[in-house]
This record gives sequence, C-alpha cells and structure tokens, in this order.
Amino acid sequence: MWKSLHIDPAKCTGCLQCEMACSYEHTGVMNPANSLIKVFNFEHEGRKVPYTCTQCSEAWCLNACPVDAIRIDRNTGAKLVYADTCVGCKVCTIACPFGTVNYNQESGKVQKCDLCGGDPACAKACPTGAITYIDANWTGYDRMQAWAAKANTPAAAA
Amino acid sequence: MAWTRKILRVNLTEGSCKEEALNMQWANEYLGSRGLASKYLISEIDPKVDPLSPENKMIMATGPLTGTMASTGGRYTVVTKGPLTGAIACSNSGGFFGAEMKFAGWDMIIFEGKSPKPVYLFIENEKAELRDASHLWGKSCWETEETIKSQHQDPQIRISSIGLAGENQVLYACVVNDLHRAAGRSGVGAVMGSKNLKAVAIRGTRGVGNVKDFPAFMKATSDAKKVLHDNAVTGQGLPKYGTQVLMNVINEIGALPTRNHRDVQFEDASKISAEAMHEKRESDGKPHLVTNAACFGCTIACGRISEIDKGHFTVKNSPKYWGASGGLEYEAAWALGAANGVGDLEALQYANLICNEQGMDPISFGATVGAAMELYEMGILTSEMIGIESPFGSAEALAKMVEMTAVGEGFGKELGMGSKRLCTKYGHPELSMSVKGQEFPAYDSRGIQGMGLAYATSNRGACHLRGYTVASEVLGIPVKTDPLTTDGKPELVKAFQDATAVFDSAGICVFTSFAWTLADVQPQIEAACEGDWSMDKLNEVGERIWNMERQFNNAAGFTHKDDNLPPRLTTEPAKTGPAKGLVNGLDKMLPEYYKVRGWTPEGQPTPETVSRLGL
Repeated sequence: MWKSLHIDPAKCTGCLQCEMACSYEHTGVMNPANSLIKVFNFEHEGRKVPYTCTQCSEAWCLNACPVDAIRIDRNTGAKLVYADTCVGCKVCTIACPFGTVNYNQESGKVQKCDLCGGDPACAKACPTGAITYIDANWTGYDRMQAWAAKANTPAAAA
Repeated sequence: MAWTRKILRVNLTEGSCKEEALNMQWANEYLGSRGLASKYLISEIDPKVDPLSPENKMIMATGPLTGTMASTGGRYTVVTKGPLTGAIACSNSGGFFGAEMKFAGWDMIIFEGKSPKPVYLFIENEKAELRDASHLWGKSCWETEETIKSQHQDPQIRISSIGLAGENQVLYACVVNDLHRAAGRSGVGAVMGSKNLKAVAIRGTRGVGNVKDFPAFMKATSDAKKVLHDNAVTGQGLPKYGTQVLMNVINEIGALPTRNHRDVQFEDASKISAEAMHEKRESDGKPHLVTNAACFGCTIACGRISEIDKGHFTVKNSPKYWGASGGLEYEAAWALGAANGVGDLEALQYANLICNEQGMDPISFGATVGAAMELYEMGILTSEMIGIESPFGSAEALAKMVEMTAVGEGFGKELGMGSKRLCTKYGHPELSMSVKGQEFPAYDSRGIQGMGLAYATSNRGACHLRGYTVASEVLGIPVKTDPLTTDGKPELVKAFQDATAVFDSAGICVFTSFAWTLADVQPQIEAACEGDWSMDKLNEVGERIWNMERQFNNAAGFTHKDDNLPPRLTTEPAKTGPAKGLVNGLDKMLPEYYKVRGWTPEGQPTPETVSRLGL
C-alpha cells in the first residue's frame, strides 16, 4: 500500500523544520537551500504553504526525460531520479507543471522528493502536523470526517 | 563544532571586507552570539567611546545552535555600545536572517568605522561586498527589503535593515529583519545609521553540516522539542495567544504599569489583550489576529500576524497597512497601550506597524509617549509644542506621535531622544521610567519585586530579557516565589541572569525557558559543540558573560549609583491590586545581590571573582 505526503497549509507556522530535516536526510547538512520541500510565506495574507512533489501517476517529468533517468519506486510510488543516468538536461524541470523538480548546480543533476524511501523526514520533523504521510487512497479522510461530524445526527438508538 | 569558525570584518571607512578565523579559545569561554560578540567588542573598543562615533563598532553574531534543527535555533544578536544608555547594548532577534548568516558560513560580522556614503553589505556565501545604497537611503525597512530582493532578482535573500528611525538616529531605533522581527532595544539601529550602513543582505546556501555528534544532536533536539510541546505555556498558551497571554494575567496581579507608572492596573487591559485579538470586530466581523507564526526553527510559534481594521481612523486612507503583518506582542501592546492609557487595539497596531516599518523599539517609544503625556497633563508640555492635544488615553496623539518620531519631524525629534533626555530637558528627570536611560518593559516592580532588582542591575538598562523573574514570581517556573516580597530575590535574579546569558549565547530563544531549564539546553550544546559543555561549565560561562558586561559598563563610567529605580517605584506605593501600599524594596535587595555576585559594596567584581571567572 502506498502512502502520500499530505499537506495542510492551515497548520503550517513557517518554522522550516521540514526543510532542515529534508536537506539533512539527503545531504547530511542542515541546509534549506538543498531542501526538496519548500515553505512559501505569503506575508501579506498571513499564509504559509509547504510545497513539494505530488508524485503524479502519469508523471510529466518521467515521461519527458530523454534518458529514462526518472523511474517509479514500486515500494512507495515515488518517482525517483537516478543520478547515475541523469544528464542534467533539465527537460523535466520544464515539463513539471508544479516546479517541484529542480536542477542542482553542485551535482549537475536534477533533484526531487523521493519520499525518503517510505519514511519522509519532513513529516517526522513537522511540529504541528501540517505535513503527514498517510494512505494514498485516503487523502480526503480528514475532510470527509470533518464534514461527517457536521451532520450532527443523534447517536443510533441501542 | 557548530561554529563556522569564520568572522567577516567590514571596515566601512575603507570599504573593505576581510575574512578572519574565529578565536576558538574565546568561543570555548563565551560560547557564541551575545557572549562571544561582547568579548570581541569589549576587546576592540574604548569603553568611553561615543556610541554614535565611527570609533564605536557594531557586531552581528550567530550562536553555535543558530541554523540548526534545535528548536528556536534561528537567533542572532546585534552587539555594540548603545546610544540610549551608554552601556553595552546587545539586542537579539529571531526571524530568518540569523540562520541565513550561518548558512552563508559566518559566525559573526564586525562592522567598524563609518562609510563616507550610504552602503549595504551584500553576502553570497564566501563573497561579501559593500554596495551603494543611495537608492535605499530614505526608504523604510519594508521598502528596503523589497527593493533589494527585486534588484538582485532573488526572493530568497534575507535582510536586516534600518528604517528612517535608524537613519535619523532615534536613540531607540532598532535593526529590523524579515519585515517584522527586530534587534529591538537600546538603539542598535541608531549605531547602524551613524555608520551609513543601511542594510545587510545575505544569501547562504552552505548550510550547517559540522555539528560534533549528529545522532546525539538529533536525539537531544528531539527530546527538547517534546518538552516544549508538552508544556502548557510553550505547547498551548504561546501558540494560541502569543506573549499577549500575559496582558490580563499581569493586570490582575497589579503589575501592569499604567499611565507612566502612575497606576499598576489598566481598566482597559482586556480590550488590548490576547483574548481581544481573537474576538470578531464589530466593524468588519473579522478578528484582529490572522494567525500565529514561527521564526526559523521554532516549534513554539508565538509570533502574531494581524490585520488592522481598514476603516480605523489611522489607516483608512493608507492601503499599504491593510494587509496581514506583524501584530501586537505583549511588550508592544503594553508600551503603546497601558503605558499611555490608550485602550484602542487598532491604534496600538497602527503604532506597532510604524515601529516595524521604520525600525523603532515600541517599548522605549511607547514609554516615552507615556512620559510626554504626563508632562502634558502637568501643563509643562502643551498642544502647541507637541502639535496635538496629548492627554493620557488619546489614540489620536499616539498615532500622531509615532508618525512624527519615525520621520523625525517637529516634536518627534524630542520624542526620539527617549524619556530620560525628554524629561530632563523639561525639568522632571524623575518622570522618566527608566534605568540607565532605557525605559522599563511591561512589569511594575511594585507588584513583582524581583523585577526591580533585575531592572536596576540589567547590563543594558531596564529590560525584562536579562533576568525574567516573572517566570518564577508569577508563573511558578521553575519554582513559585512570592512576587510581593524581596526574600530570596537576589539569588533568583542572579540565577536568571546567568542562565539567560547562556540561552542568548547559544543562538536560541529565551522564550524556550518557559519550559526548558539549562538542563534541557545543555545536551543540545554538548552534542553540537566540540569540547566539554557540562552544566557546571555553562553556569560559569553565563556568570562570566554577566561579569564581563558589568566590567565594561563600570569602565564606561557607570557605578553602583546607576543601579537604581526612579523614585516613583521606591516611594509612591501601588494604589490598587494585590501590591496596594507597596513600593519596590530595591534597597533591601541590592546589597545582598552584590554579595551573591561576589562584588564589592560599590558594585565592582572583587579580584577573587575576576580571577575565578578568568576575566
């Protein structure tokens, strides 16, 4: 069973613990500049929004790659960049509608969220539950539950 | 290690930027940030230097935990000799700028001299250069950030800057970063302005990868985050209500200084409280508070983001203030509100926005307005002199005064000198509610006795962030003491002062100390920093920093006579509340404090103390 990163921007405080955890997991250095998840702060609206790859089924990046350097991890559903194959042509960065695959000038390759092999560091580091890692078929569970609660029906008679 | 071991020395007179190695022996003795930067400052300047002369220096410094996953590990400090006080000034700020400085590879930036023309420092990792800032001079902090980001085509640059207040050398001007975080007190922004330094803009992409023991560090920081999460204050109270949670609490215990400390309780406290910020307004049906917000790495998130009432008289013709922005925190709400008797939440937010926009400390500004209003009520200042009728409680006067002070027009020039100079000029120095020239924050020391001693002995003038005995006396952290007695307060004040020096020097936020003691911080420092960082050593480091700062002030000309309180607090009893009839018992606490500190009756560290601390 695959899981999905589930992001609830309303819970995000903008602390960037996720960015530090992501960069540390992938590079051994706490460095938001190398994070594969990015928190955007819409200052004048008071909104903060963490954003990363949604792992599309028909992934534009994967289909666009001319050397098949982006492949599916069967265990997690993540679309992985194989650095030994990637030639750094950046076509995937153009193809992705969401901007979540990006070129890294130090490595000369592209990089994107890989779900940390099934145990995402960002979700573990988030102090408010704004980033969770949940059943990929049930990303609407929380909202369904919230609306169900509003039905306000009496408990069934015994 | 956690230190980058690199210092950037910027000589503004010459226009040069040079890299130096960090003095690791000093790092081992003073940890980082506040302590280490103060050691550098004190070693490099004459204590009697004019704070606004080119001979003064200004240091921006990170701590070893800045830029790490330690909760609240995003702090940096600005250290200099302060123009408001003439004492050592050390102002600490959150936001994201401090971490960016670390990510660019710098523990510290030392500014010396004075630039012949306005400049800003631009840092991109190892590369640092001074650039022309003639197009930025005259701009607010907000416009400066926007202009620099736009001109470099890089929205990820982090910036600290001064606004008009710093340019005009308002003596309590601050250095603002990330739009509404500030190195707020003691006038560090005026020093920056005196050097023609408009801003520091940093992009750092190197990160922090050299902590001593990563697995131990991850465990220590995770354990400590859990302590914050599970604590009622840091886990629930601060995220929901911010520091403003204190407004009603401090009012009830009769320690909310009101109308320039004439009263200790404010009848409109509830109207300017955290609870009021959550309530829907009658005018537009929206609450004042939009959301809470975190500084870098902070798992508490006490920051307030508010939206002012667009129809309020202060902003109805100024759409630039209509969006969400940094909102009222307790100190600002008190200083702009209770201290002047103003109970109009929206007017306080307006004044707060101007303070953020143009870089002014709302505590000293608000308290100076309080003093001016008292002089007005006494008939010494008139509406012709000020430009508006200014009785206590006038939101219109507050709004007018914040505008004129920020831009340095008319009576605003006099308000920009602070309450001590203002009250002295008009023949009533006793009406300045300050110590060493710096205005009190939001706790009346008749109702919280220990704070009187903490204020009187604070190395940067009256301040709540040098020894917050409110934690113990009011909130029972770590143990409850009686706020109405002086018993045991000298020891309590010393313990808070020394521990706070360590928190500040590590690069973390002192608000963690609502939940953390030094024992929660120690494993994080120990795992991050090379060398031994036992509890004993950290306690000694804190005490060493305190005594070093004291020695600087003594050399600058301060004596035990400056460890005092205005006569209002020691001779005029509180009129209402639990402290009714009480004055502050500083005379009972101070001699004992000197003994506990190992100082002479004249407030000088004894030779034994100096030698014990290796000073």
